[in-house]
Amino acid sequence: MRTEIRIGGFGGQGVILAGIILGKSACLFDGKEAVQTQSYGPEARGGASKCEVVISDSEVDYPKVLNPDIFIAMSNEALIKYIVDLKDNGTLIVDPGTTDVEDVREFIDEHNISVYEAPATKTATDEIGLKIVANIVMVGAITKITRVISKEAAIKAIEASVPKGTEEKNIKAFEAGYALVE
Amino acid sequence: MAEEFFIQGNEACAKGAIAAGCRFFAGYPITPSTEIAETLARELPKVGGSFVQMEDEIGSAGAIIGGSWGGAKSMTATSGPGISLMQENIGYAFMSETPIVIVDVQRGSPSTAQPTMAAQGDMMQARWGSHGDYEPIALSPSSVQEFFDFTIKAFNLAEEYRVPVFVMADEVIGHMREKIVVEDDIEIVARKRPEKSDNYLPFENIENGTTPMPAFGDGFNIHVTGLTHDERGYPDTNNPETHDKLIQRICDKVLNNKDKICSIKSKDCEDADVVVVSYGGPVRSVVEAVAKARADGKKVGYVKIDTPWPFPDEQVKQACANAKDIIVVEMNLGQMYYEVDRACKRDANVHLMGVIGGLLPTPDEILEQIDRIGGN
Amino acid sequence: MSESKQNRFLQYMREDRLPHIFCPGCGNGAIINAFLAAMEKAGMDFDNIAMVSGIGCSSRIPGYLDCDSLHTTHGRALSFATGLKTANKDLDVVVFTGDGDAASIGGNHLIHAARRNINLTVICINNNIYGMTGGQISPTSPKGSFGTTAPYGNQDTPFKLAELVAAAGATYSARWTTVQIENLVLAIKEGLENPGFSFIEVATQCPTYFGRKNKLKTPTAMAAVMKANTVFKSAADRMSARELEGKIVVGEFANTTKDEFTENIDKISVEKSGKKTVINSAYETEL
Repeated sequence: MRTEIRIGGFGGQGVILAGIILGKSACLFDGKEAVQTQSYGPEARGGASKCEVVISDSEVDYPKVLNPDIFIAMSNEALIKYIVDLKDNGTLIVDPGTTDVEDVREFIDEHNISVYEAPATKTATDEIGLKIVANIVMVGAITKITRVISKEAAIKAIEASVPKGTEEKNIKAFEAGYALVE
Repeated sequence: MAEEFFIQGNEACAKGAIAAGCRFFAGYPITPSTEIAETLARELPKVGGSFVQMEDEIGSAGAIIGGSWGGAKSMTATSGPGISLMQENIGYAFMSETPIVIVDVQRGSPSTAQPTMAAQGDMMQARWGSHGDYEPIALSPSSVQEFFDFTIKAFNLAEEYRVPVFVMADEVIGHMREKIVVEDDIEIVARKRPEKSDNYLPFENIENGTTPMPAFGDGFNIHVTGLTHDERGYPDTNNPETHDKLIQRICDKVLNNKDKICSIKSKDCEDADVVVVSYGGPVRSVVEAVAKARADGKKVGYVKIDTPWPFPDEQVKQACANAKDIIVVEMNLGQMYYEVDRACKRDANVHLMGVIGGLLPTPDEILEQIDRIGGN
Repeated sequence: MSESKQNRFLQYMREDRLPHIFCPGCGNGAIINAFLAAMEKAGMDFDNIAMVSGIGCSSRIPGYLDCDSLHTTHGRALSFATGLKTANKDLDVVVFTGDGDAASIGGNHLIHAARRNINLTVICINNNIYGMTGGQISPTSPKGSFGTTAPYGNQDTPFKLAELVAAAGATYSARWTTVQIENLVLAIKEGLENPGFSFIEVATQCPTYFGRKNKLKTPTAMAAVMKANTVFKSAADRMSARELEGKIVVGEFANTTKDEFTENIDKISVEKSGKKTVINSAYETEL
């Protein structure tokens, strides 16, 4: 099965790293295949930026995301800009602290989107004391909600991806995100 | 133990270069190839290698030729505007039979066009970009793994034939991240040092091959020039015979070894009415499109060209032997298409699906072409 | 010719390449002699010298010397030399170039090589004209001089190469002429000994093209004019710009010390790999 994931946010939120962790988890630790791509150029600086990951049980041929099954929005601008081609019955995960789902209510209803709220920025600030780990909190929420990667793989991938010495804080952030949703 | 990494194509290229023995890199920043330079700037000093950021791409091409004669496997990486600037020195490398590797991560072109978007518009520049007659070798990777593997292969071929080798990648392959497996028994071709003798000729007329090449400082006191030269390397510019022999040999050493150099991959071509031919990034879409077509019961196959240059005409022709129609998918308005047409036009109708704008053609777009052409 | 009368520098020449292509009265012969004398004075091992050149009359010099020589593309000698020296830091790399090669088509490489202070010795033979292509004006042609591409006189202001290279960061830069061979030998010796970017500009005569186009038909006439127009830097420092018009200022324009480019690369290599950069690694399979 091929799952297309898009993570959108603003520059500096670490959406690229979040996507790399998803891809790494899938293909280095879950025995799946994955390709990660991202937008370059003017739009990657400031404004909305996005990172996309295709995860599959078999080889990923066409590497780009066409219609995401899962869309994670970490900023309102990204939410509005990148929701447009989310699949019918797809999954939307938003950070309620940085987005307003009412802005895309029409799309959600029209396409029967399942919406999950994961207050990643607030959790990162309140529970970890580090706003910058909001992306890792979000990876925890994605893991729990979508099960597209396993928890074990995610932890290994985080340990392998974050700067040395910050592993513990990041794992804590992941766990906090994982606990955000039932 | 084989190791696995989840990395960018450009990082894989840099990793491949180091694995192949590259110890000198000179380059100039240019999107979308810059990560190759950045990775090598970080990694080369860890293995006793040298990294130089040159003042421009002309200087980069010159520096790696100097580096190669200095005894180091040498590489540069660039994109369209840079490859344009390098052409004169690339011609010098062909003429002086200097092994170097040139990586071109192709972007939208001509001119500066689309720095962050993919294209395959430099294929003919790899073939004919410098003035005069010569036979280049070029490899086109379609995955991050292949970007790693083909970079190693490029170094091996460069050493084997004392020739510049191009790795013609594109923005899609350069920037995406995938898993690569790095085996611990990678085959590396080391440069052969000539034996010290009074009869040593650095540019000897050896049939189908090359003379071993010394490094400067080895005591051979050789003269290397871009002028037409005799077997000693001495200029002999007005002698038609000297020029003819030299250029023929420079071409023949590649052309006469095509069966060893050329490589394609093909699938489902035996009974295919339509064969889709591509190379580099678009292969990814073609493979998916052809699988979908087959699942729908259509007689479609594909050919993936690993080595656009020298063009594997015999192999492509053979793979397409039973096809009625051939579709060449490439990210330009027709470059390798003409090569496929030249090789196959007697037996099949060759069509071009040229895609520009910067985005990979989607599998559905290719399917549409298959249906349109196959339905004729 | 008896042994004793043979030029003692013939041992450094590729005798099988003679006769050379230089015109009668060309300064290149005197400059080759000056280089070889300087090399001996500096106590250098000729076998460790590798030469690089571009395109032009002066760039043909390495082809006549019996050492490793890389005769490259027009203007790019310094970039090839940068690669060669960086790949093998033990080599003594000498670059022969001319005014068109170094300052026109190769101007960018020239200032950047100087900026890096890479340990190369560059001998720039400045004849103020393109000789090999038949007498066109160059970036050092004096204002008002004639060439085939300046039939009404050159309107452009010439570069002052030794000053330019000093300003760009070279640790040694000097200018002498072919009528001051002893000073030239000493300057080349200094350049060879300087562990950094060394630039020796030699003002020379091209009787065939510059001379013929500028009413200086014999080498002797050219030498006489060159001598008459030469001003030592110490004197020039006290002269006005107007007084210096048309003069050739000779002397040193830089003689200092600074970090050297390839040593810096070695330093980083030692820091990151525990050893200096590897040499001749292309011949190894196990790295």
